[in-house]
Amino acid sequence: MAGYTVTTRTRASQIAAAFALVLLIVAILLPAFASRSLIQDLFFILTMLTLAQYWNLLAGYGGLVSVGQQAFVGFGAYSLFGGAILWGLNPIAGLLLAGVAALIIAVPTAFFAFRLQGAYFAIGTWVVAEVVRLSVAQWKAVGGGTGTSLPRDARDAMWGAEWIEIAFDTRSSAARDILAYWLALLLAVATIGGIYWFLRTKRGLALAALRDNVEAARSVGVDSERMKWVVFLVAAFGTGIAGGLIFLQNGRISPDSAFSVIDWTAFVIFIVVIGGIGTIEGPILGVLIFFGLQTLLADFGSWYLMVLGGLGIVVMLFAPGGLWGLLSDRTGLRLFPIQRRLERRATIEENSDG
Amino acid sequence: MSAILSLQNVSKSFGALTVTDDVTFEVPRGQALGIIGPNGAGKSTLFNLITGNLAPDSGHISYDGRDVTRVPPMQRCLSGIGRSFQIPQPFDRLTVFENLLVSATHGRGRSEHEVEQDCAAVLERTELIKVANRASGTLTLLQRKRLELARAMATRPKLLLLDEIAGGLTEGECVALVDTIRAIHAEGVTIIWIEHVLHALNRVVERLLVLDFGRIIGIGEPDEIMASREVREIYLGIEV
Repeated sequence: MAGYTVTTRTRASQIAAAFALVLLIVAILLPAFASRSLIQDLFFILTMLTLAQYWNLLAGYGGLVSVGQQAFVGFGAYSLFGGAILWGLNPIAGLLLAGVAALIIAVPTAFFAFRLQGAYFAIGTWVVAEVVRLSVAQWKAVGGGTGTSLPRDARDAMWGAEWIEIAFDTRSSAARDILAYWLALLLAVATIGGIYWFLRTKRGLALAALRDNVEAARSVGVDSERMKWVVFLVAAFGTGIAGGLIFLQNGRISPDSAFSVIDWTAFVIFIVVIGGIGTIEGPILGVLIFFGLQTLLADFGSWYLMVLGGLGIVVMLFAPGGLWGLLSDRTGLRLFPIQRRLERRATIEENSDG
Repeated sequence: MSAILSLQNVSKSFGALTVTDDVTFEVPRGQALGIIGPNGAGKSTLFNLITGNLAPDSGHISYDGRDVTRVPPMQRCLSGIGRSFQIPQPFDRLTVFENLLVSATHGRGRSEHEVEQDCAAVLERTELIKVANRASGTLTLLQRKRLELARAMATRPKLLLLDEIAGGLTEGECVALVDTIRAIHAEGVTIIWIEHVLHALNRVVERLLVLDFGRIIGIGEPDEIMASREVREIYLGIEV
């Protein structure tokens, strides 16, 4: 019997890994020669990508279609501002606070929302986000309904900003953009790396099984409840940090911008759906398409949103697996190999002999 | 012989419709029991009650000497209850091998590495080894049915519940599947099998239970049951 081995590597994945490493090094060194506007664009792409990866983890794998992720973006961001204003907390440390704060409100949110199924879950999460928004708007210390700016001394105290200012011989505002960009890069890489690692574990396999069929997964011993909790809390934590970072770079916050359902949930859903839900590659492709469309249609006002909506519907109808799904079905291409393939040991030995 | 499974006065209703009506029976360890009955008789509901996907309104279910009436499906699986679904429910985007890995790791609480060879062995005996690396959403009906069986087997069940696994297969496919099930049974696995394909069922089971409108209307030796007037009238529609 025996005599089988299991592997996940493919040729494409090895090339992709090498390519990703090169890309990462370029991305790290980029601020040395890129313009400030490119750095800002990349910051936007990286933070949206991070949000999209977490939403994909929730909806694409966990089956938790939340339309209330703005609760975690907004509350995380407000915690960072609150920490800086009330306690003089360094905004870089505030990022961690943003994640923890989002995690803390995620617990009661989950208790409430997990009692709801399907569309009711989606609406429930939205309601929670609105409740959080209205509550935060009452918080006078951070500007109530009109919002506030990050205090000047907190901005200047950002760890590392001064060093960048000297090293790149640039103005302090540009140095802060570079710092924010590096942090966004770190967050996106840690997010994708973390999700990739998780999906390669036995629990990640169970999560993929849940994605495909909840009832069958439960009948073979998968703890679906626990998995939902883990995914929801992890997504809230990461989304909170991303929210903190977005508004740290922005420098200004208001309840309407921080809890915007369009910016932090609708766009994110669009990215995941057109890219390809339930894959790591999908949101990466999706965010590039989203950014391209946004640049292309920037002058067309509300037509822009209609085009996005229309495109989203077309993709959902004709390519439910998204554009990445279309591509990988045709070519079998996978950049993040998580598929375990069974191979007969004998054939492998033959191959290595030759 | 001790009973591996026993149901006592189990009832379940959906609104005004009683789908399981005061059902009491035992399955001795190592036996193969067939369940027949017209469509809508409550056969699949009975399975869902045994696996814990549904909770009974009243009555008790014990498995392996333990009351499991309120135990969730996941734990029942860990304690050795495996099932196949009437309509195959593969994890579409996972490969056949990965489908088995999920059930072997989570259904038995083992690491992936510990169960790899085991999964390969199950794939060999269920004749799925050739499609091991294929996405399970692309399988033929026979392969899907085999995957249902293989995935249940990968949890190393003591009690295996098969829900119309021979339905929709050609004669030849059916014979091959029955041989596999017989071999599994011969190893001492207790089997409860819901099936409309009676000749397939009769090649495996030692006892037959007939369900109609949620009630047991007969249980005993297959020959005896098939000869009984009530069963022939209700199930086979033969006027006697």
